[in-house]
Amino acid sequence: MSVVLDGVFWLLAVVSVASGIAVFRVDSMARATYALAVSFVAVGAMLLLLNLEYIGVITILMMVMEMAIMGIFMIMFMGMNPALMPMSMVHNKVGSLVLAVGVFVVLAGGALLIDWPDRRGAPAGDLTRSLGEAIMGSKMLVMLTVSPLLFATLVAALVLANPRGRYDRFGDDLRAGTPSGPAREGDDS
Amino acid sequence: MQVGPLGALTAAVLLGVVAVLAAAFDGTLGARLQGRRAFSGVTAPLWEAARLLRQRRRTIVAADSLLWRIGVVGLLVVALLKVVVVPLGWWTVADLSIGMVWFNAMDVMVWALVWLIGWGANSAHALIGGYRFLGQALSYELPLMFALTGPAIAAGSLRVGDVVAAQQDLWFVVWMPVAFLVFCAGVVAFSVWGPFGAAAGEDIAGGVLAELSGVDRLLVLAGRYALLSAGAGFVVALFLGGGSGPLAPAWVWTLVKTLAVLAALIGVRRLLPVVRPDRLAEVAWIVVLPAVLLQLLLVGVMVVL
Repeated sequence: MSVVLDGVFWLLAVVSVASGIAVFRVDSMARATYALAVSFVAVGAMLLLLNLEYIGVITILMMVMEMAIMGIFMIMFMGMNPALMPMSMVHNKVGSLVLAVGVFVVLAGGALLIDWPDRRGAPAGDLTRSLGEAIMGSKMLVMLTVSPLLFATLVAALVLANPRGRYDRFGDDLRAGTPSGPAREGDDS
Repeated sequence: MQVGPLGALTAAVLLGVVAVLAAAFDGTLGARLQGRRAFSGVTAPLWEAARLLRQRRRTIVAADSLLWRIGVVGLLVVALLKVVVVPLGWWTVADLSIGMVWFNAMDVMVWALVWLIGWGANSAHALIGGYRFLGQALSYELPLMFALTGPAIAAGSLRVGDVVAAQQDLWFVVWMPVAFLVFCAGVVAFSVWGPFGAAAGEDIAGGVLAELSGVDRLLVLAGRYALLSAGAGFVVALFLGGGSGPLAPAWVWTLVKTLAVLAALIGVRRLLPVVRPDRLAEVAWIVVLPAVLLQLLLVGVMVVL
């Protein structure tokens, strides 16, 4: 069984690295986006191998969702839309190459050279739960403070970005009987 | 109880049969509405499938064939992966400890796949269809996720088997009607069907379907019916007590209930007009989402008490 698992691990590892490289080798925004999605999905599947079912599946869910939305933004923000045509995915080649190789060498070297401690104790029964407690347990107060702030920031950003808020739809005193729907004004379709 | 490889094959075949029944039912409704004999509608999907199998694939300049094919094949694959956690009576292909999240992850895959079908064709109408679907997805996905949360909270587990078992006394649909309706709407929405079929709307020449031909078109149309079927099966497990029922064995009840839900979802197409994704957004975020959250509050209070 462990031979099969090893095989699956190496397959996923190769897929994730290869599709990560593909992100920079392909010539289309859509392909780059979904190559990255494949890379993330492979990493999510590797988490499943660690018996972290919830975190693995959630990673896949969130990454596919994010990449689907990111693809739209990547194409949208390319002025005059060259994103619909074949284009290079790389800018500042030398600089980014130096950075990427440097970071890889530091991280991989660290992982290989560090004197890993021996395992103490046995793994917990419910890995997802214990991981959650390890991450959140002592930081709960921070999380509780940060989350309303983040939420308020999101709402504020949306209010600022929204071209037609409720005052546009219900009038200045919010007394209009029927709102002017999104399709009635400013609708150029 | 988990089944072996033969059971997985059975599940795949069963999904195919249910999807064909769904297509036949939709054909029947269409035929009756046009005043034709019902039988011509029942067989229509089979003739259409035969026609598409023989049709030569249309080729398009500068189409992104790789991404296009992934999207085309993907819908059916995702429907099959969903059925993995849908129980038939007491049997499941894989009763994962996080079955609910698995189903959710698979329906998020549809986001990518429908957009890829729209993108790959290198056609304006198809691309607009793809964008429409993602716009619609932003509206339906959160209510759908929260609707999923209701049964999970009530059962205290993300395992679909536990959710079914928790409905021994009372089906969740009785005290979670809002979550039930929202989840059904979500199933219709991720299947690009009926009122939520704007991505394949006739006003944009079929949208994501516009450039599909031959076996590609067949796979996408079949994939939509398969997604509806898998979704209906999951609705039964989540809200309608799974296989519970008198006299007949559990698997019969699961099938009967699934077909009943599926018939309703199919019929919705003939009852409701297509909703524009931009209009849907307002209703989904201002009305539906708070309604589902209130439903969750109710469920939470009931569970604590």
